[in-house]
Amino acid sequence: MPEPLLDVKDLRVHFPTDDGLVKAVDGVSFSIAPGETLGIVGESGSGKSVSCLTVMGLVTRKQADIQGDVIFQGQDLLQLPADEMRGIRGAKISMIFQDPMTSLHPFYRVGDQIAEAIREHRDVSKREAFNQAVEMLDRVRIAKPKERARQYPHEFSGGMRQRAMIAMALSLNPDLLIADEPTTALDVTVQAQILDLIDTLRQEFNAAVIIITHDLGVVAEHCDEIQVMYAGKIVETGKTDDIYYSPHHPYTWGLLGSIPRLGQELDRLNPIHGLPPSLINVPSGCAFRPRCRYSFDRCISDVPELIPTDGFHADACHLSLQDKERVVREEVLAPR
Amino acid sequence: MGRYLVRRTLFMVLVLFIISIFTFLIFMKLPPGDPARRLAGKVTNEQILAQIRENLGLDQPLWEQYGRFAKGLIPVPGLWLDENVYYSWSNRQAVSDEIRQRFPITATLTIGSAILWLLMGIPLGIISAVKRRSVADRAGMIFALIGVSAPTFWLGLIFLYVFFYILGWAPATGLDIGDSLSQSILSGEFILPWITLAITSAAFYTRIVRGNMLEVLSEDYIRTARAKGLSEGRVTYRHALRASLTPVVTMLGLDVAGLLGGAVITEQVFSLPGLGKYAIDSLNGLDFPPVMGVTIVAALFIVVANLLVDIAYAALDPRVRFT
Repeated sequence: MPEPLLDVKDLRVHFPTDDGLVKAVDGVSFSIAPGETLGIVGESGSGKSVSCLTVMGLVTRKQADIQGDVIFQGQDLLQLPADEMRGIRGAKISMIFQDPMTSLHPFYRVGDQIAEAIREHRDVSKREAFNQAVEMLDRVRIAKPKERARQYPHEFSGGMRQRAMIAMALSLNPDLLIADEPTTALDVTVQAQILDLIDTLRQEFNAAVIIITHDLGVVAEHCDEIQVMYAGKIVETGKTDDIYYSPHHPYTWGLLGSIPRLGQELDRLNPIHGLPPSLINVPSGCAFRPRCRYSFDRCISDVPELIPTDGFHADACHLSLQDKERVVREEVLAPR
Repeated sequence: MGRYLVRRTLFMVLVLFIISIFTFLIFMKLPPGDPARRLAGKVTNEQILAQIRENLGLDQPLWEQYGRFAKGLIPVPGLWLDENVYYSWSNRQAVSDEIRQRFPITATLTIGSAILWLLMGIPLGIISAVKRRSVADRAGMIFALIGVSAPTFWLGLIFLYVFFYILGWAPATGLDIGDSLSQSILSGEFILPWITLAITSAAFYTRIVRGNMLEVLSEDYIRTARAKGLSEGRVTYRHALRASLTPVVTMLGLDVAGLLGGAVITEQVFSLPGLGKYAIDSLNGLDFPPVMGVTIVAALFIVVANLLVDIAYAALDPRVRFT
């Protein structure tokens, strides 16, 4: 296995609030190799965004109690002074966000906003930076990039704004691009275009990509590996095929069951019952237990560990492997 | 843009027209007592009263009386505040002369204090927002609370008592019409009025800037700016401040315009013979022409400021278009 680009070890991010300690991320470990695509899947509040914002240094020690290691290209980002971290943020690791409608500054021209990012990290003239911004807009397939660069965000459609965000994120040729729900706020027809664009650009720029999403359907075609998060912990991780064809965690089953399929006659979707747990009072034992149809005594007392079953595939569930495989065969895959 | 301006101007004329009608009705028809009788003094008879009524046009039908005053509001030389109609009924001074002499005093007071309150309010608001919940934020908010709560007339009197009467740091205030303005400014006669007038607004602006800043700092595009690797200073001043200050421009325009029409309380407390004091004195004397003149001038400032603010807004925020 090649040296990982990013290696996150036992990351914990706890926010002190008036109501108690919010354990947004609670012991998360993962790594990503250069050029690889990792999907992080989970419901709102599962800790997927917070862990990535922490990697970016956008959650700071002022706001939260942060423990663990974030090793990026051999450096522990959590130990870096703020101004050195700023040199990495936007240049080597960059991020695009969920809502392109609000993620660009409404008062500045799109080209200038991209040029600003370039000038922050490279010693180039304003004109040169602007020309690079135009070129980036061209590379994210925006027609008439020169004119578009002089326009304001409100003159762009949602899909174009997300393209502009991608252009900004890739303008410094980062090694890692984090896409936080990049398609959630977009029309369905535009979603696929954006994901394909990210895919193509990942190869062109040879960057590793982390796609955060709540929709397993989104990551299926685009990720090498997927990890499923629940209540601040990783509950299952594996190659994309592992997750789709032999999922081992009841929560993953629930996520897969809630995707509507073509050719399937269905009166209603199959949601996961119940609500995500409060991150202040996480249920004892397995956090998913209250919503799990298969839970038994041990799930109340013991917190399940993330244990590998074969090679890269691992899950955190007390059910026996035979039981898991039986459920997958009879209840998860059979209806497909 | 051209059509927009034409439409706005027509609308302004309509607003001023309505204001003039209301002012006329309120001050000519509602107050008890007969203006002619007040002018005639103690010893009078029907003949004198009839003569006065004729002179002031009070014997004419209502709409003709209004017409005389309305004609004086048309901004054309010769018609504008015509001295044959717009003169004080108590001392026969032309209203246009009075306004010309008094306006610079009000303007000096207003502009000086506006600069002061911006210099206080904006930095305090920024510090309070950026260092939220710090000692500086608490201190700023206590200042804002006191400043907003303290009535101007009370604050003015306290300042006079402390800084003039007890400490003797500030000169006694009170100008006469015709005093040289620059000399009055240099001798510090405006310092206490400036501060007094500025504090209430500064407190208000502090809160507004802090509130806007906090709101903008939680916007997604601020997170984007941070994700680009920009320094916290650049995020605050280039990305957050500009968006937070646009609403302040609106407030500033209307506040300054409102005060240019007469900073009534401050002028009264510090005996500054500006437009506000003129309006109050004339009101007390039920002296209609100056009231009408000052009201219309003040209203004119407000409607023009409204237009300027809207134009400035479009220049500041590219999303705003003239329609």
